[in-house]
Amino acid sequence: MTRSPLTLLAEALADRTVECIDLTNTLSPDFPVIVLPAEFGQCAPFRMEKVSRYDDNGPAWYWNNISMNEHTGTHFDAPAHWVTGKDLPSNTVDAVPTQDFVAPVVVIDISKEAAADADFVLTRAFLEDWEAQHGEIPKRHWIALRTDWYKRVGTPEYLNLKEDGTHSPGPDGSAMEFLVHERDCVGLAVETVGTDAGQAFHFNPPLPAHSILHGNGRYGLQCLTNLDKLPTFGAMIVACPLKIEGGSGSPLRVIALVERAPA
Amino acid sequence: MTEPLPTPKRKDPLGRSTLGHVPPGLRSRAATEMATYAAQGRFVLQSCDRCRSVTYPPRDRCPTCWGTLTWVDQDSGARVEAVTTIRHSTDNFFRNHMPWRIGTVRLDAGPVAIVHLHGDVHQGDRVRMTLRLDRGGNPALFAMPKEETPNMQDDPQLRCFTAHPKHRRILVTDGRSAIGQAIARALLKAGAQTVFLGDADPLMRYPGKAEIEAQEGIEPVSLNMTDSGSVQELAAQLGGRVDIVINTACFVRPGGVAFGAKLSDLQAGFDLGVLGLVRLAQGFAPAMSARSDDGVNSAAAFLDILPVSGLSGQFGYAGAAASAAARLSLLSGLRGEMQQTGIRVLSVLTGPVDDDWHQDLPQPKVVPGQLARAVVHALTEGQEFTCAGDVAKDLFARWQANPLLTMREENR
Repeated sequence: MTRSPLTLLAEALADRTVECIDLTNTLSPDFPVIVLPAEFGQCAPFRMEKVSRYDDNGPAWYWNNISMNEHTGTHFDAPAHWVTGKDLPSNTVDAVPTQDFVAPVVVIDISKEAAADADFVLTRAFLEDWEAQHGEIPKRHWIALRTDWYKRVGTPEYLNLKEDGTHSPGPDGSAMEFLVHERDCVGLAVETVGTDAGQAFHFNPPLPAHSILHGNGRYGLQCLTNLDKLPTFGAMIVACPLKIEGGSGSPLRVIALVERAPA
Repeated sequence: MTEPLPTPKRKDPLGRSTLGHVPPGLRSRAATEMATYAAQGRFVLQSCDRCRSVTYPPRDRCPTCWGTLTWVDQDSGARVEAVTTIRHSTDNFFRNHMPWRIGTVRLDAGPVAIVHLHGDVHQGDRVRMTLRLDRGGNPALFAMPKEETPNMQDDPQLRCFTAHPKHRRILVTDGRSAIGQAIARALLKAGAQTVFLGDADPLMRYPGKAEIEAQEGIEPVSLNMTDSGSVQELAAQLGGRVDIVINTACFVRPGGVAFGAKLSDLQAGFDLGVLGLVRLAQGFAPAMSARSDDGVNSAAAFLDILPVSGLSGQFGYAGAAASAAARLSLLSGLRGEMQQTGIRVLSVLTGPVDDDWHQDLPQPKVVPGQLARAVVHALTEGQEFTCAGDVAKDLFARWQANPLLTMREENR
């Protein structure tokens, strides 16, 4: 009897030949959020107020009220997040096609470049060189940028906010046009606080990741961890944003399914 | 002269802390009204509207002619006629502070009064009368030396009527602002033993950080008043070691009500200003309340700095004014609660401060040094209401004369 793909997956999960890797940072009040110029509205950090914890406000139960921005912690950006995606169909988290929540991922390792230069810019030329070494980026994949930036969480170097703005790696317009139009990516998945480079406001076009991804109905995943635990090809990302009516994004739990290397 | 206060020793862990009793509190409505002037540091007595005679203690009618009485600021001069040292009392507060000196003084304003005496005041002396609040929030006449004497502020009896920073450990909630830093420096200069300086975001740089953190007596602490967990964590660490709390946290953004207001800014402002104040009180007030009579560095005061516009509202800054109004209300509630335990709740009212968020307002604006002076004054005098800067003084005076008129004036 042929077994269905899902049966095979279930068996692989049961015997751990497929493992789940958590790509999510813990939502906590001190997890950094993106900082915009002071005259703009700001991203609310995660907050938790106890309702009861086996006490006079609820003797047998523990629960909290929580609050945050849609873009706090490890989070998903829907096309409506950016002005370029404002008129697209199904552009909010409640309307995004469910099929897109599970998609394969290709990991592009720029950790060495990012360590050497916090302002490292990913270009089309870099990607073409990368493909020459690793093979072509398949269609309908998440593009994960491994920067090892998650290891900076809990230090000032994570946001890396200097007097001239933040400094963190990201793509330029040529890289984004290539990934979206020639490789048909599902979206860009990063460890930094935004899909764009820290200095991307000064790029031309400005903020190319947000602008080109969302203008073409693609997504962003930010503040991920553990991208260094994923293979270059072959992992599968499961990322289901909350179904917020008209929402521009959502904090979420992101996991990757990874085939265990043969012993 | 007064013996300088010794640096307090660390407590004997086998000893039980002295409980913070407060002086007897049952007073008439007239005496309660007198307390509202003591709260402002004003020396007032009742004057008869008909015969003009001045009377003390507080009464409902003139004892000479039965006329109505009005509170009037008085000449504070007086002469001590007799001095008595009390060595025994049935009252728990005074039992803990024996011996206690009182005296009979003839006030230049007319009446003879029995008053508390500073240690440098003796029979026959000319003195400067002050009207103060005792730890229970009751008005009390306290005779000060006419001229400054050495270590005058260290007098143990006077110290029961103040929240002087000397030898005390003080939490300043927001040290990221120029105001917080100026206050921290002023407190150390006034003799504070330690200033715990709050930082809402230790991973984010701020101007002056290296300089202030390098100063002796400053201990940086992580404190984010919008985060209940952060406040509880710090209270758990410092609760029994903080003698004075000074709340310098404030979030001001311009905006009206229907026009120009951003709800996300309003939420952030209320969360920090209003809920933050409650988080701070819930975190620190209980431990402070247990230590209001704990020796030289007993817990003494909870001080909040807030916009004077909370009294009236303010055109163009409706959210900040509304948040301040809510804080004033909460502070009144907290004051009532803390009067039971002997901790002062002090409000320093300020006009617009000279910062990034009041750029469009005309001068005069309050600079950090002015606020720092007002804070130290409020503590050294134990004064519940202190205005920092001319804008606050003017608005407070107009509001006392006619609250509804002031609201109209400030919202057009």
